[in-house]
Amino acid sequence: VNELYLLAVGEVDEHALRWAEAAAAEWFPFPVRRLPPLATPEGSYDEVRRQYRSVEIMKAVARNVPSGAARLLAVTEHDLSIPLLTFLFGQAQLDGMIALVSVCRLRQEFYGFPPDPELLRERLTKELLHELGHTFGLTHCSRTECSMSLSTHVEAVDLKSAGWCATCGAHLARRFTSLKGLTA
Amino acid sequence: MKNIWPILIVDDEEVMCESMAAWLREDGYRVDTAPNGRMALELAAATDYAIYFVDLKMPGGMDGIETMMEIRKLRSDSSIIIMTAYATVDTAIQAMKEGAQEYIVKPCNPQEISLLVSRILKVKKLQRENAILRKKLTRTYRHRDVITKNSAMEEILTLANDVASLRSTVLIRGESGTGKELVARAIHYSGDRAAKPFVTVSCAALTETLLESELFGYEKGAFTGANGQTRGKFELANSGTILLDEIGDISPKLQADLLRVLQERCFYRVGGNQEVKVDARVIAATNRDLAEEVRQGRFRDDLYYRLNVIEIRIPPLRERREDVPLLTTHFVEKLAHELGKEVSAISEDALKLLMDHDWPGNVRELENAIERALVTCKGRQLNESDFAWLGRGAAARQPFDMPGDISLADLERRAIIATLERTHGNVREAAASLGVDRSTLYEKLKRYEIPR
Repeated sequence: VNELYLLAVGEVDEHALRWAEAAAAEWFPFPVRRLPPLATPEGSYDEVRRQYRSVEIMKAVARNVPSGAARLLAVTEHDLSIPLLTFLFGQAQLDGMIALVSVCRLRQEFYGFPPDPELLRERLTKELLHELGHTFGLTHCSRTECSMSLSTHVEAVDLKSAGWCATCGAHLARRFTSLKGLTA
Repeated sequence: MKNIWPILIVDDEEVMCESMAAWLREDGYRVDTAPNGRMALELAAATDYAIYFVDLKMPGGMDGIETMMEIRKLRSDSSIIIMTAYATVDTAIQAMKEGAQEYIVKPCNPQEISLLVSRILKVKKLQRENAILRKKLTRTYRHRDVITKNSAMEEILTLANDVASLRSTVLIRGESGTGKELVARAIHYSGDRAAKPFVTVSCAALTETLLESELFGYEKGAFTGANGQTRGKFELANSGTILLDEIGDISPKLQADLLRVLQERCFYRVGGNQEVKVDARVIAATNRDLAEEVRQGRFRDDLYYRLNVIEIRIPPLRERREDVPLLTTHFVEKLAHELGKEVSAISEDALKLLMDHDWPGNVRELENAIERALVTCKGRQLNESDFAWLGRGAAARQPFDMPGDISLADLERRAIIATLERTHGNVREAAASLGVDRSTLYEKLKRYEIPR
């Protein structure tokens, strides 16, 4: 009860999962437990766009939330999209249970550069802080250095820091306390 | 607070609506969705959305363009973005022609949408701010800001309100300091022209040639120093209102020019040969008896009748003494705040003194007297002693040693010269000391040919 679950959707690099696990444990006051990986949901692949439908993956993830979970963070290597937008770094239920982060466009290889594990780790941390932040009711922050600022391209991810600004941090602290109080 | 800007997404594809709504909600917006045009109209009737995202192709009767046109009927200033997956130049042109603010092709880059939304909302915010400021400005000069309980003044305000939206010329008569400009502003800001310029020209303060170029502007090279074409006050007041203060002081030539503007609604800039058309409502103000000026042959009768379509005579303060307590309370509140003084009351004795005073400078003089008393006041209440100089002033005038053989005009001339000497030529100070406004003093300086 009151755990933060980590779920791989499809095949995910083990390093990325470990980094996500460590970052979640460092930044959120809940024990982190890894769930068995979830196969890529059927019908989530869009052959025309050659991307994965984020909405379909979110639906499949929602069916796998253990009871009593504090939150569930899903990580995937798939390139995510929604009908309106060409891509997403991740998606979350605002004030809900699920956050989803895609590693695909966080990798330097996606942009034709050699792999950079340290940079990938940083970007993954920032994006999971961002998406999980949404599940605790935070909307986008106007401070560009805050993890909750909106990133519409990878350079914007690199510009922000791995951490929340004082305002977003204070909001989260209140939410963590009330959540722990409810389940204590 | 982005959630004050609600957004409506209209698309028959549920997944499109929901994913887009979720993305915008993460950005802090309040988002509603509608699966068709009919539902969109129901929602638009209940909520004034800041932005509408409308899909171009929707089955079941109303397509995106039709939906947009119906929304526009309900919310004429709405920002509508048409979305489509099948872009053609024709549909884009049609959408824009029918009033779409933007046209986007699905899928689009997240940055593009983010910038588009923030750009539209930035304009909305400025529009809202503008509307609030305009409202505030209009409120500042509404009739209720003319403080009175005098029946004659109330009739004037009713008349001002009735004529506010007409184009007819108004002539406001009243002594200096009675609030002629305030009434003129009240007329302007209560009428259809409220959102347009209100321009004031003091006709007494300028010489004939200066006033001519001030009113009508001039062309490059019209006179020495005319380095470029300059628009005059009439052009600046186009679509709005021009107040010609101290109209009784203008020269015969300008009277003729002004008559032409009033009759033809056009004029020539100084040194120009191109006719300039103008639509400015004219309000004229004077402290003179223009009918008498006409009888004396100093003012054109045809111009007088043109100006005097609607006449408003503002009574002097001594004819509406019942307003003195109201005005006093208002000025004490206003000026104490401005001067940072903790004075909030006035004693009965002091008020009686103010009621008994004749106020030749009218409301302006009363305001100045209260300001002076507040500056020197030591307590939290204005007392009779704070206005002692008012009495002294009157008393000092009593034993005035009257020269034997002197005309009233000469007496006035000498009083002005003496005051100007005392104020070292400072007209503003001299005007305050003489209890008249600056434009009146300028007019008298001109009339008596007193050098400055």
